Amino acid sequence: MSQLFFGYFAGMIALTSMLVVALRNPVYSALSLLVMFFHVAGLFITLHAEFLAAVQIIVYAGAILVLYLFVVMILNVKQDDRYHSQWRIAGFVCVPLLIESIVLLSGGAGATDPGSRSLQSEPHDAITTDNTLAIGKILFSTYLFPFEVASLVLLVAMIGAIVLAKRDIGGNDT
Amino acid sequence: MTEFGLRLAISLTQIAAVMGIVVITVLILTLAERKVLGWMQDRMGPMEVGPYGILQPFADAIKLFFKEDIIPAGANKFLFTVAPILCLIPAFIGFAVIPWGPNQTFEINGITVRPFVISDINIGILYILAFASLGAYGIILGGWASNSKYSLLGGLRSAAQIISYELNIGLSIVGVLILSGSLSLVKITDAQAGGFWNWYLFALPAPQIFAFVVYVISSVAETNRVPFDLPEAESELVAGFFTEYSGLRFAFFFLAEYANMVLVSCVAAALFLGGWNAPYPGTIMTLIGLPSLAWVENIMWFAVKTYSFLFLFFWLRATLPRLRYDQLMRFGWKVMLPIALGNIVVTSLAVFFYQQMK
Repeated sequence: MSQLFFGYFAGMIALTSMLVVALRNPVYSALSLLVMFFHVAGLFITLHAEFLAAVQIIVYAGAILVLYLFVVMILNVKQDDRYHSQWRIAGFVCVPLLIESIVLLSGGAGATDPGSRSLQSEPHDAITTDNTLAIGKILFSTYLFPFEVASLVLLVAMIGAIVLAKRDIGGNDT
Repeated sequence: MTEFGLRLAISLTQIAAVMGIVVITVLILTLAERKVLGWMQDRMGPMEVGPYGILQPFADAIKLFFKEDIIPAGANKFLFTVAPILCLIPAFIGFAVIPWGPNQTFEINGITVRPFVISDINIGILYILAFASLGAYGIILGGWASNSKYSLLGGLRSAAQIISYELNIGLSIVGVLILSGSLSLVKITDAQAGGFWNWYLFALPAPQIFAFVVYVISSVAETNRVPFDLPEAESELVAGFFTEYSGLRFAFFFLAEYANMVLVSCVAAALFLGGWNAPYPGTIMTLIGLPSLAWVENIMWFAVKTYSFLFLFFWLRATLPRLRYDQLMRFGWKVMLPIALGNIVVTSLAVFFYQQMK
């Protein structure tokens, strides 16, 4: 059952991420990216990582992709075909991934026993202890320093973006 | 397999019941809104259909159902069709984790059933936030696919507005999550039992009054209601993102907006106002000697809280003029966001020192 779900999610992720670069209409590309985010969240749920799944949808699908769509719609006034025929590159990236997932799935039949054993032993921790609690504790104890550094890097990037945008506006004014 | 079938049947019954209640609530709301607005403006409101106008929602529904379905020339047919559905599904799906009544269970053929919540998942409130943020796609795509300037502008305004105010909603509930230590709406509601002084709006050590104000204002903005209804501002954008929609598709957008109102009201009731808990310890039914009927009283309290929150929406609509767009953005980022962040700091400090003192 879990193999079936994994196959479905992985296949859809490969397919939709190929469509993101292959479709001609940028709005459709953004939409297939949305479908892909959903299936990645689905993968997280099969791994009992519900918190990550929810955050995946809130952050990527709910905020970042809406901004992409926003930009795409404003820029969509004239169709630009330069970057659109990317079927070959998309296929070049995605077909190996698809094959890999198929190989992994079919190879999983031989290696079922260790796989299912680890599946049986792991959810014991994951279900009984609160998943969100575990992530929070690890993030603020073991990985506190990398976590803070990551937030600092994001802050620097944000300030950089604001400075760049502001200079442009100031240049126009004066 | 029969056990699985029974489980499925029970779940489907629960889902059908909740959907039915939400749709009926929306029908009541459409009438109530026009009546309340009428009374506040010294009018009668709708009076023609049925006694005192109470059949107006059905007349509206029949009208929308039989209207011609027009797809404008040059519109993107696929997205034009999908957008209302994309708007409606996220609005309804959030109700799956709302606890309507006490957290009691009973058994049918060895299967434990929780009658008053469809599913108690451990990320309940994040689940609602995730799907609420997806409602924006229906609005943006509907605006884009209509091939109309008014619609496009409405959709873009809505995108910016929803992103800005969603952040405030997410931050304003963090205080409650710190106090309760859980993301499950069932657990959060259970923790507020035993009188109104235990509701997180008033609870020690950190009353969430500021967070509640931020939540209320942001949820009004998130549902595109007056005074934050810039995506559908009549005087500037005709009807905003659904200018080109007619008939049943328009009804979908309409239904989604009202279902979203009900959803944010339910979440407000569950997080800040104690959910189904009565404002006094215990229930009157238990005192009378009918503890098996206590759930009636609890559900009634939940309904009272939700409906008074919904009344607030109408009240605001009758009272306040629309904000200008730059005012909306400045208010969201420079007033609401610092209050929400400050509330998180104060709440976590208060909880920390409270636990130290114990």
